[in-house]
Amino acid sequence: MSEFLTKSRARNVFYGGSLFFVVVFVALTAQSHRHIVATSTAGMPLTEEVRLGKHVWERNSCINCHTLHGEGAYFAPELGNVMTRWSVADDPEGAYQMLNGWMEAQPSGIEGRRQMPHFEITEEEMRGLAQFLRWADQTDTQNWPPNDAG
Amino acid sequence: MRYQTQKVAYAYFLAAMALFAIQVMGGLLAGWIYVSPNTLSEVLPFNVIRMIHTNALIVWLLLGFFGAAYYLVPEESEREIFSVKLAYLQLGILVIGTLGAVVSYLVGIHGGREFLEQPLWVKFGILVGAVIFLVNISLTFLTGRKTAITNILMMGLWLLCLLWVFAFINPDNLSLDKMYWWMVVHLWVEATWELVMAAILGFLMLKLTGVDREVVEKWLYVIVATALFSGILGTGHHFYWIGTPGYWQWIGSIFSTFEVVPFFAMMSFAFVMVWKGRRNHPNKAALLWSLGSSTVAFFGAGVWGFLHTLHGVNFYTHGTQITAAHGHLSFYGAYVALNLAMFTYAMPALRGRHPYNQALNMASFWLMTGGMAFMTFTLTFAGTIQTHMQRIVGDYYMDVQDQLGLFYLMRFGSGVAVVLGAILFIYSMLAVRREAVKPGLVAVPGE
Repeated sequence: MSEFLTKSRARNVFYGGSLFFVVVFVALTAQSHRHIVATSTAGMPLTEEVRLGKHVWERNSCINCHTLHGEGAYFAPELGNVMTRWSVADDPEGAYQMLNGWMEAQPSGIEGRRQMPHFEITEEEMRGLAQFLRWADQTDTQNWPPNDAG
Repeated sequence: MRYQTQKVAYAYFLAAMALFAIQVMGGLLAGWIYVSPNTLSEVLPFNVIRMIHTNALIVWLLLGFFGAAYYLVPEESEREIFSVKLAYLQLGILVIGTLGAVVSYLVGIHGGREFLEQPLWVKFGILVGAVIFLVNISLTFLTGRKTAITNILMMGLWLLCLLWVFAFINPDNLSLDKMYWWMVVHLWVEATWELVMAAILGFLMLKLTGVDREVVEKWLYVIVATALFSGILGTGHHFYWIGTPGYWQWIGSIFSTFEVVPFFAMMSFAFVMVWKGRRNHPNKAALLWSLGSSTVAFFGAGVWGFLHTLHGVNFYTHGTQITAAHGHLSFYGAYVALNLAMFTYAMPALRGRHPYNQALNMASFWLMTGGMAFMTFTLTFAGTIQTHMQRIVGDYYMDVQDQLGLFYLMRFGSGVAVVLGAILFIYSMLAVRREAVKPGLVAVPGE
């Protein structure tokens, strides 16, 4: 073993092999990029409203309590399917009404219950956020999560 | 310390330990909010505390890596650092950027991509700091002796700095955003940081055990080869459910299974080197941290990673407390403990002392490691129950969380142990008793 595997052989295998895997990875990433744009997220157009909603989502750092498609903090419920859970995935106005009602009621102030802060969000931004969550909901996530509970 | 400019590492390690203290305090507070959710809820919401907890962790680990590079590269390259001024300038920029980010978070200014929440000016600051670092360390490296340790370290540091570019790429399409986000997050901790880890571990083994350099370096190449061969396509285990194609379920499952190999290899490497080595190095605490790091990394990153990496399992466990359990133990073992090993090894040399406070230091190892292990077990049990109730039975999230209170209470207790361990560690590094025998008072024969 020690005669066959010299230091320079080990080094060359490392450099050559890594380069091979990088090339494969880049090719698959390019293919995945096309798949996301053309197929998995194509169910609903990426409108200005959805873009605004994503910015609202980011500016308020929602990800550091909630998960979205299972990624984020684990302190608050999954939101990738929240519009399905609320039965408003196909109802833009209903989605806004539900989300607005929920967020206006926060924080609940109930003792011993996790508190969601109150966010200063305009109506336009709230509508954007609702559409952004609907947009996320229609993404083809290989049937994840297993059920509506998220 | 053979080269004067290695002294730069001292400032990096001090800054890193200050942020380490902030990180664990933030973690303890977040852990307490799980137990008592109304704490600070109006003043300092959970999301802000978590940002401080995770960001402080990442920055102090990077400062530790930079400091380790400034300590290790001169010794390996047999050269002084190209520019000490640049090294301090880099540290200054990074510290100002970090403090700026913390203040921004406290007043509610932040982005919303997990771990990359820094305001844009801070991101640019980090970029400038990284470029200064690369220039400075590369010019030191290129003019000196090249070893496998520095080759691998330089490759890891260059690639991790280059990947920072993805922190600026944020597509409006959420699924694309997530896919490119992993190019920083996964390819840092499961690829490029592993190169840095292997290089630092190799350096420590070389110094602490006295094993032949040729043997150390050959196995280093084997270890980093298994890290990248598995880790690059292993990114696929993050591409199961975010809108990426279904074939990632197979690629991710197969390659991320092999991600256990480099961690097993690093653990075996460390123990075999110690057994083979004949040197009886006086810094026992550094040896404990080195062996401990590679062992806990194997369990945290390797075993707990494999636990939920197969797509059939991950379908149910994705985004539960199982992930939190794995995240905590893997970061602690692979990167926290490794940095602390390097600090423990280098600090005596940087301060011109023999190894000091070793018993305290080793006590802090067991306190922190015991705490992290217990935390991992409680979160794993919590995650198992959560997976069953929420993902199989279909109970709602908050109803399930209400059942997990006991585990969160135990997690908080283990967090207290970790914080005490961290304080003890920092104390053992900083508080040095005066030498019993003053150097210079001893008469040297012949003078």
